[in-house]
Amino acid sequence: MTLLSLAGIVKDYVTEAGPFRALDGIDLEVRDGELVAIMGPSGSGKSTLMNLLGCLDVPTAGRFLFSGRDVAGLREPELAQLRNRAIGFVFQQFNLLPRLSALDNVALPLVYAGWGRTQRRARARELLALVGLAAKERARPAQLSGGQQQRVAIARALVAGPRLLLADEPTGALDTRTGAEILALFRALNRERGVTVVIVTHDPGVAAATDRVVRLQDGRIVYDGPPHPALLADAGHHYEVVRA
Amino acid sequence: MIGAMLAEAATALAANRLRSALTMLGMVIGVAAVILMLAIGYGVQRRVETSIAALGSNLLIVNSGAARTGAGIVQGTGTRPTLTLEDAEAIARLPGVLAAAPQTTTPVQVVAGPVNWATNVTSSTPAWFVVQGWFPEEGRAFSAMEERQGARVAVIGQTVARELFGAADPLGQLLRVRGVSFRVVGILPPRGQGIGGIDRDDVVVLPLTSSLRLVAGGGPFRRFVRTITVSVASPEGLPQAERAIAELLRRRHGLAPGQENDFSITNLTAVGDTFRETTGAISILLGAIGGISLVVGGIGIMNIMLVSVTERTREIGIRMAIGAPRAAVRLQFLLEALALSLVGCVAGVLLGVGLAVLASRVLPFATVVSLASVVAAFGISAAVGVFFGWWPASRAARLSPIEALRS
Ligand SMILES: Nc1ncnc2c1ncn2[C@@H]1O[C@H](COP(=O)(O)OP(=O)(O)OP(=O)(O)O)[C@@H](O)[C@H]1O
Ligand SMILES: [Mg+2]
Repeated sequence: MTLLSLAGIVKDYVTEAGPFRALDGIDLEVRDGELVAIMGPSGSGKSTLMNLLGCLDVPTAGRFLFSGRDVAGLREPELAQLRNRAIGFVFQQFNLLPRLSALDNVALPLVYAGWGRTQRRARARELLALVGLAAKERARPAQLSGGQQQRVAIARALVAGPRLLLADEPTGALDTRTGAEILALFRALNRERGVTVVIVTHDPGVAAATDRVVRLQDGRIVYDGPPHPALLADAGHHYEVVRA
Repeated sequence: MIGAMLAEAATALAANRLRSALTMLGMVIGVAAVILMLAIGYGVQRRVETSIAALGSNLLIVNSGAARTGAGIVQGTGTRPTLTLEDAEAIARLPGVLAAAPQTTTPVQVVAGPVNWATNVTSSTPAWFVVQGWFPEEGRAFSAMEERQGARVAVIGQTVARELFGAADPLGQLLRVRGVSFRVVGILPPRGQGIGGIDRDDVVVLPLTSSLRLVAGGGPFRRFVRTITVSVASPEGLPQAERAIAELLRRRHGLAPGQENDFSITNLTAVGDTFRETTGAISILLGAIGGISLVVGGIGIMNIMLVSVTERTREIGIRMAIGAPRAAVRLQFLLEALALSLVGCVAGVLLGVGLAVLASRVLPFATVVSLASVVAAFGISAAVGVFFGWWPASRAARLSPIEALRS
């Protein structure tokens, strides 16, 4: 079944120099249970696309269906509910609330889902255990390492049991080993729980572990298919360029 | 969800302890000002009420007419005596009039043995005790017979009794007024302070006939009195009695139509109403002063909430990204504003009540902290919190998730 359906999606940003087209006619279908990597050079529109998929932003033109429903037709509380229950978003910069403990950060979406305190805490503990941070529930984000913070963010993204997990360069700020661990966690979620995962990455190793690679260039899809070695090499090359 | 949000509001405010405290200080001062000002206002009002009640109810005061100089400048009432004992007797016979007491009050030195005391000597008839509603608790009042015969008897107030006779029993003792001895036959019960803090127990009452002759010094004015105090049966009868008295006196004084009254009539109930209105206005003024400081406190809250929204834009974005609806974001900031104003209010009420208690010690009257003013303070604080929190909270809620996240 189709979970995400994009047709002719355009996104223009307003800048001083006039409108800037970040996405230019995106057609994309993602089925339930897929594990998709989005690649492409810096500035190609990956984050812009992810923000649209996560219902954090709205397209300038085109049609976006989430599970068959036109997102443009949803009212604000319905959108909020979608973000709250159906979508988990993992950001590159973690985006944890600094004043809250790891446990409270993970439990926060459940506050908006209307859960009681006791159930919230029990569920948040389960998720912290799943990402291997059961011992750190009282720690504030500032007291955690980067990898630990990202795992807290992942636990938070998963706490409400979403159908879709969106991760925008989740391993970009982490070392290779921690990155690999997190990727393994995503794969396990995808295989064992059937969560649809869309992950933005520059890392050919990460992309190689997915079912499907979508490659963006200047706001258009230039490749959509299985992780092809030649493509990955190219991406790797590009990755080197970006890093340099 | 509200419970979690309240806990979060507390955390957010605690995270900026000094700032929260300073913001609250505005509310604290505002609420304390309202409580204190209203307490003073009520205190004044109550004080005036008691004073008015002590004046006696259903009274008309008839004063001798004002003398006019050639230039037509009005001098004080009573400067030209026009009222007579017979006027008082005629007024007393009018329908609806209970009693009419002709009286003249003169500041005089009274002497008892070696002791001197400057006091006010009131010369009147037994009707005076009736219109004042004030009868001796020890001894007796003088009788109409004694009054007519010019008996040398006196009724004295508590202050005079204390000053002249100390611990001794004044009854039967002699006191001298302008060299003439009067025997004390009655002592009036204490009456306390009147308007302006005058001591109403500092009084000597003498029979009018004797005193007109001896104290006021006789002469051409010896049959005249300054004032006739008239007690009317019911408050509804006051205007009618006032008209009847005016008519009677004009006739008795032989005034032609169109000629001005040579007397004036004051309705004490009306005076009381004026006082009440004045003190009511004072209360409102004081309350308004307090109210203004509350508004200033509220603006302080709004200011800090706006700063908070700006500072926490990213936090708002994160909350929205994980599914907080706009309503929840707005509610969260509203709760923080409310918490600031209500906690400030509690502190303000405590401070205000404390200051009111202190003020009672310093001021010549007791302040009155009413429950209504405390309830109103809470109501207004909550309203201030919501009113001044609404805009910042709405600003927070209006942010688009992605813009908030990018900040
Ligand atoms: N808020 C914005 N206003 C104006 N232009 C923007 C805005 N956000 C992104 N852009 C532009 O849109 C284009 C796509 O940006 P986007 O962030 O989607 O790139 P990306 O593929 O995620 O890049 P990276 O790999 O560096 O994260 C870029 O050229 C960027 O400059
Ligand atoms: Mg990006």
